[in-house]
Amino acid sequence: MTAFWQDPITFLRLWLEGLLLSWGVPASWVLVIRFAVGALLLATAALLLVILQLWLERKLIGRIQDRLGPNRVGPWGLLQPIADVLKIFTKEHITPAGADRVPFNLAPVLSVAAALMVWAVIPFSATVMGADLNVGILYLLAVGALGELAIILAGWGSNNKYALLGALRTVAQLISYSVPMTLSALVPVMFSGSLHLNVITQAQEVWFVVLAPVPALIFLTASVAEVGRAPFDLPEAESELVAGYSVEYSGLKFGFFYVAEFLKAFTVSLIFAVLFLGGWRGPGAEAYPVLGFVYLMLKSGAVYLLMILFRGTLPRFRIDQVMDLNWKVFTPLALILLMVIALADYFLRGTFPFVRVLGLLGINGLAYVVLDRLLSSRERLRRRPVAQPVRPVARPENLITSSDAGGQA
Amino acid sequence: MGHEMLNAWLYIGLFTLVAAALPAIAIFLAGLLSPRKPNPIKDATYECGVETVGPAWTQLRVQYYLFALAFLIFDVESVLLFPWAVAYQQLPLFAIVEAIIFLAILVGGLFYAWRKGALNWQ
Amino acid sequence: MSALQWVFIIASLITVGAAVMMVASHRMMHAALWLAVALLGVAVIFVTLEASFFAVVQLLVYIGAILILIVFAIMLTQRSTEAGSRLNSLAWGAAGVAGVIWTALTYVFIRWVVSGTPMQELGASFDDVVLLGKALVDAEGFAVPFEVASVLLLAALIGAVYIAFERKGEGS
Repeated sequence: MTAFWQDPITFLRLWLEGLLLSWGVPASWVLVIRFAVGALLLATAALLLVILQLWLERKLIGRIQDRLGPNRVGPWGLLQPIADVLKIFTKEHITPAGADRVPFNLAPVLSVAAALMVWAVIPFSATVMGADLNVGILYLLAVGALGELAIILAGWGSNNKYALLGALRTVAQLISYSVPMTLSALVPVMFSGSLHLNVITQAQEVWFVVLAPVPALIFLTASVAEVGRAPFDLPEAESELVAGYSVEYSGLKFGFFYVAEFLKAFTVSLIFAVLFLGGWRGPGAEAYPVLGFVYLMLKSGAVYLLMILFRGTLPRFRIDQVMDLNWKVFTPLALILLMVIALADYFLRGTFPFVRVLGLLGINGLAYVVLDRLLSSRERLRRRPVAQPVRPVARPENLITSSDAGGQA
Repeated sequence: MGHEMLNAWLYIGLFTLVAAALPAIAIFLAGLLSPRKPNPIKDATYECGVETVGPAWTQLRVQYYLFALAFLIFDVESVLLFPWAVAYQQLPLFAIVEAIIFLAILVGGLFYAWRKGALNWQ
Repeated sequence: MSALQWVFIIASLITVGAAVMMVASHRMMHAALWLAVALLGVAVIFVTLEASFFAVVQLLVYIGAILILIVFAIMLTQRSTEAGSRLNSLAWGAAGVAGVIWTALTYVFIRWVVSGTPMQELGASFDDVVLLGKALVDAEGFAVPFEVASVLLLAALIGAVYIAFERKGEGS
């Protein structure tokens, strides 16, 4: 019998099941109740986590920008997000004239729901998992598609041509970055032989980020672009395009678009930790499942901190730079790396783990160097010196001149 | 298979309901708490601060369509590759070469589109 | 009636209803959104058949790619966002043909299923995706269709680029 401290969730689950069965509830209903309670707790926990994220992000961005960030409401400004939530609850819900009601109201709900639905298949520890889905990784990508649909609904439902244009532009960016994301998600699947997220986690004796750092980086960058976070945050840049798909929203409906963005950011860090950083794996995680959960949170927290750093330090990309980067750098790179890794791992498969790691690392290093050379040579071709050195040129207008460059008379 | 898979989807179905209900209930509550004072000027759609001119239509450029099409093609390609990737550890070299040919054909397509300028934003 | 049958009935009703609404909508964008609902319904039906892989692929490809393509195509068409209920003059003829085909298909399926075998209970270790993967690259399996599929995708890409760019002179 597992002790409470080793595995609190399983302990609570068994207690609840025992309780319900002793009340005479039929077994199938016990299952449904257990699932419903679990789902409710998980969804609520995710949304509460967003509140913490709001505080953390504002504090850190403030520090990066050499200012304090919120510090008035509560110690270290910890209650600031709660104050913000209370404020936004009481703002008026303005529906623009001529708006299509159903898409307009459905969009924020769908946006948050799509981000939340990802949490259902993440393995939080060796024994705690929402849905034991054997196509987990594809499910993650599919739910992203629902999020894109939500943006289209928002843009269309607002009855505003700028909102619609902004929505379509955002969706164009999101679907473009889906391509390298899906392609580099193939790499953990290849290494672990399954689409099941728990199997992928358990197969990471060596973290996949070590075996395939370049695909991992592609996946991370593409995910950051998928979420619409800086430096890919053109969709929400006020100075760029009136205001994008959420311009007509006010009150909590707008608040939920904001919540959806933060939720997606953490969700993406969670996914990266599961796919490439070994998920809940760590010393003692099998014996004490609680530790597994702690490890997973630490890893995704680290990735999320990295994303905050990106936001605070990098300038925003232009839309054409964003698209170029995707189609001309990431997609070919992901495709070619997939081919190379597929071939290389076939030969390295049977060798000692050490040899395999070194071999794959070597290939990734080679890919990085080649990419670096290619990109810098393209940059050199494109770069033109701003100021040309003055050269004497025999032209009619400077026959009679006394310039110090030596105009020949 | 059988029941485990259906149980997993049952959980996902319940989770979807919860995930949709939570924001919906919150928005409903906020609707109760917030004032409601519509007037024609406030309800007018936003257009850089001037009055709205013309119906809300947009003429899209064909570029968007090409990006969506390229995405569709690579999406279908990835979906065909996922079963191969799952079986990868057990496949002979021949199968791996097959997948490489598959990928190479599409890399060729990508480079063709690139050369033709289909991937430029403007 | 087990829960699974209820789910199937509800999903089918939603799918068929959405399909009818899609055809009956006055605005093209509404039709596209009803299509999204219909595709979701189909994904749920895949789930009831325990075909998880196909359910997520349905979501990923149909709703994530094809639907978005359709939305972009609608936006490309001038004045398609306006309401218009011009019924094609051939509409009733087309409806008649569709009705005949539907009747024929229903007849064929009824005759086929009644004498068919019930769904088999698959073992717990049956991993469908691995088998699909092996079958796709098996030389005696679907290797040739696999490669032909990539050529088909290539043709689609080249065709789209050609159509969009060889007509560039006429404007986008």
